[in-house]
Amino acid sequence: MSSIRQKNADRIEELKGVRDTGLDEARLVAFLAHAWQTPKGLYGWLATVDHKVIGRRYVVTAFLFLILAGLSALVMRFQLAAPEAGRISPDFYDQLFTMHGTTMMFLFAVPVMEAFAVYLVPLMIGTRNVAFPRLNAFSYWIYVSGGIMIWIAFAFNTGADAGWFSYVPLAGQFYGIGKRPDFWAQMVTYTEVSALAVAVEIIATVLKQRAPGMTLDRIPLYVWSVLITAFVILFAMPAVMVSSTMLILDRLVGTKFFDQAAGGDALLWQHLFWFFGHPEVYIIFIPATGFVSAILPTFVRRPVFGYLGIVLSLIAIGFLSFGLWVHHMFATGLPQLGESFFTASSMMIAIPSGIQVFCWIATIWGGRPIFATPLLFVLGFIFTFVIGGLTGVMVASVPIDLQVHDTYFVVAHFHYVLVGGAVFPLLGAVYYWFPKATGRMLSERLGHLNFWFVFLGFNLTFFPMHILGLQGMPRRVYTYPLESGWGSANLFISLSSLVLFVGFALFFLNMLLSFRNGLPAGDNPWGASTLEWATTSPPPSYNFPRLPVVTHREPLWAEPDTLAVIEGLRVDAREVLGGMVADAVPQLRLPSADNSIWPLLSATAVGGTFFASIYTPWAVVWGAIPISIGFICWFWPKGEPEDEE
Amino acid sequence: MKQRPVVDVSHLPTYGFGAASPMWWGTLAFIALEATGFALAIGTYFYLAVLAPHWPIAAPAPDLAPGTAILIILLASLVPNHLVDRWAKQQDFHKVRAGMVFMTIVGILPLIVRIWEFPALRISWDQNAYGSIVWFLLALHTSHLLTDVGDTIVLAVLMFTQKGKVGRRLSDVSDNAFYWDFVVASWAVLYLVMYWAPRM
Repeated sequence: MSSIRQKNADRIEELKGVRDTGLDEARLVAFLAHAWQTPKGLYGWLATVDHKVIGRRYVVTAFLFLILAGLSALVMRFQLAAPEAGRISPDFYDQLFTMHGTTMMFLFAVPVMEAFAVYLVPLMIGTRNVAFPRLNAFSYWIYVSGGIMIWIAFAFNTGADAGWFSYVPLAGQFYGIGKRPDFWAQMVTYTEVSALAVAVEIIATVLKQRAPGMTLDRIPLYVWSVLITAFVILFAMPAVMVSSTMLILDRLVGTKFFDQAAGGDALLWQHLFWFFGHPEVYIIFIPATGFVSAILPTFVRRPVFGYLGIVLSLIAIGFLSFGLWVHHMFATGLPQLGESFFTASSMMIAIPSGIQVFCWIATIWGGRPIFATPLLFVLGFIFTFVIGGLTGVMVASVPIDLQVHDTYFVVAHFHYVLVGGAVFPLLGAVYYWFPKATGRMLSERLGHLNFWFVFLGFNLTFFPMHILGLQGMPRRVYTYPLESGWGSANLFISLSSLVLFVGFALFFLNMLLSFRNGLPAGDNPWGASTLEWATTSPPPSYNFPRLPVVTHREPLWAEPDTLAVIEGLRVDAREVLGGMVADAVPQLRLPSADNSIWPLLSATAVGGTFFASIYTPWAVVWGAIPISIGFICWFWPKGEPEDEE
Repeated sequence: MKQRPVVDVSHLPTYGFGAASPMWWGTLAFIALEATGFALAIGTYFYLAVLAPHWPIAAPAPDLAPGTAILIILLASLVPNHLVDRWAKQQDFHKVRAGMVFMTIVGILPLIVRIWEFPALRISWDQNAYGSIVWFLLALHTSHLLTDVGDTIVLAVLMFTQKGKVGRRLSDVSDNAFYWDFVVASWAVLYLVMYWAPRM
């Protein structure tokens, strides 16, 4: 060590900029805080590229959309609580279920998973920011403008109304009402651009910016999960961008992609949409399994069982998720051989999912569980997800699917998979990382209450839907006849949904109260093993005073009191370390982009163009001018200190 | 937590080429997602072709001349493109500057020829599904061509300013050359699909 110091002291003169080598703690922190600061005031708020600020923003925004989507579900339950109720009109009901599904999938579930990745990945792999910080800021502004746009349209009675998968011909040029499907299609474009941008930056960050020593077999399982998710996004999301662009072109300039009379095909939409739509489920589910693999070891006090098996399962799920899309189309009269193939592949994906579940059970089995709120949500997840998985195997079978297609059985199934499989781990993740992000603990008492209300409320709400579905109640109907006999079950479901609502209210209440008055968290309140717990809570703008070196898969358990670190990075300018893809051997000192207003301005230009193109195709031509100006100003170098080297 | 310095990185360079650079991986990721977009659009083309009793629907096969001319220009552009890439990696600023000016011209040429290519499709986008998909494919490729030419122009201008005399810009030039390869390769595939599939 001393020889390293001596060597650096000899050479320090010839090095450009101020380095962290041998700097005392106070000066080091002062330099870093200056180089990595987000300026105070409105400009700083708009121009920041700090992944933690953007990640927090993403999380808060996604939860606001969750509230909107949840409230629209409550209104639907209010209507369905009694047969032949006329509390809301059929047209408004159509908009509500479409906005509910669209918001949950595009504006809540995917963004919130990406939000956690944006916040956590740099901390967990030991770097100071994501690979493309301005792209990250850009992605947030695009996402939020797309979400606001579709909800404003809804407020003006132009809410999308053809379901979250917006099937043609219902959403096509002949039957789609006014501009409703166009707002849906363009909202998809916004959110997909945003999701793809995050996927690209996550891939580059994980592959190139891991701490030295973090070889592929030492990457935290959560980071593996978001890396694989990013690849799934990369290959799935273009499908919905292509299809939604075709939809808006059919409606705006008269192309005939989906027009049967002119050689188009309505099923083409379903193929393209579900080529995205099924991987979408895994884009939501894979990071959730990452949460589970991160939370479990901490609360059972032992490393996760079957690390390699879990990583390989995640990769297998990523691949297999692309071979399932036709199981959404079993009722469309496709050739039987094709249906059999997709039945087989749909059942096959249960294998890697099952391997993960068994690894988690083995981890719990071999550990000493501490039943804190995050673990409760994980256990709730395992219970609920297994039920959802089992009904998934059922609907993968063509004869059963044909019976229950478009009934409440399917509604029950996918809520078990999505809420049980993704939202439960997500809530657990909030309880787990809230102390890191805010420096304060969430209340355990409220947390336990929150868990039981959500867990019971969820099961009481959605389990009876299986039965209603088997009895034949179709989904997406605004009411049902008295003679059907479904009234009491629906009333029970609607009342149960209030229990679920209270559960979520407790969740938000806990966050609000604890943000102000929670107990101080300290750096590592759970005694966890991964790198994000090696820094302060909340982490400083530069994440770590000196970037860590990893010597073990569970670094903080291997060396609880000392952190191996690197030296030699610049501290007077933003600099991170780049390493080799497989073994993370240091390769480059990489300049990291500073704050900039141009991502926001570029997002405004892009968003404005998307919005205007709902009304005229010429928007694309004229919009190209501000977009080009925005991007050129964004990328034009502004005399960064690193350029001296 | 106590810190224990174990690695000194002070003499590492601040930029690299190819797989060493995060920007290269970012470019590769964008290429992957855009290639997926192309693949799905091509899949749509053949899906519609299989459904149609006759393909192309109610139109002659497109005129070969403009598309072939663009293919020749793009294939020929690979030579200067790779020279620029090599000069960038050799850190030869003078040659890179000249090469970027040349690549700007080479990039604008196919865009000019493309003005004639849209009418050479011999069908309008709103006539039938065949017209829609060929216009879609051509527009998709044109947007890529425009994007990369725009990027090339900005980089070329940058190379003549004080801010261009920086090693990291050479890495940008190399990544730009990498993306151009994708633009050329994607046209080679699209050309076969759009011009030769209807003649099979």
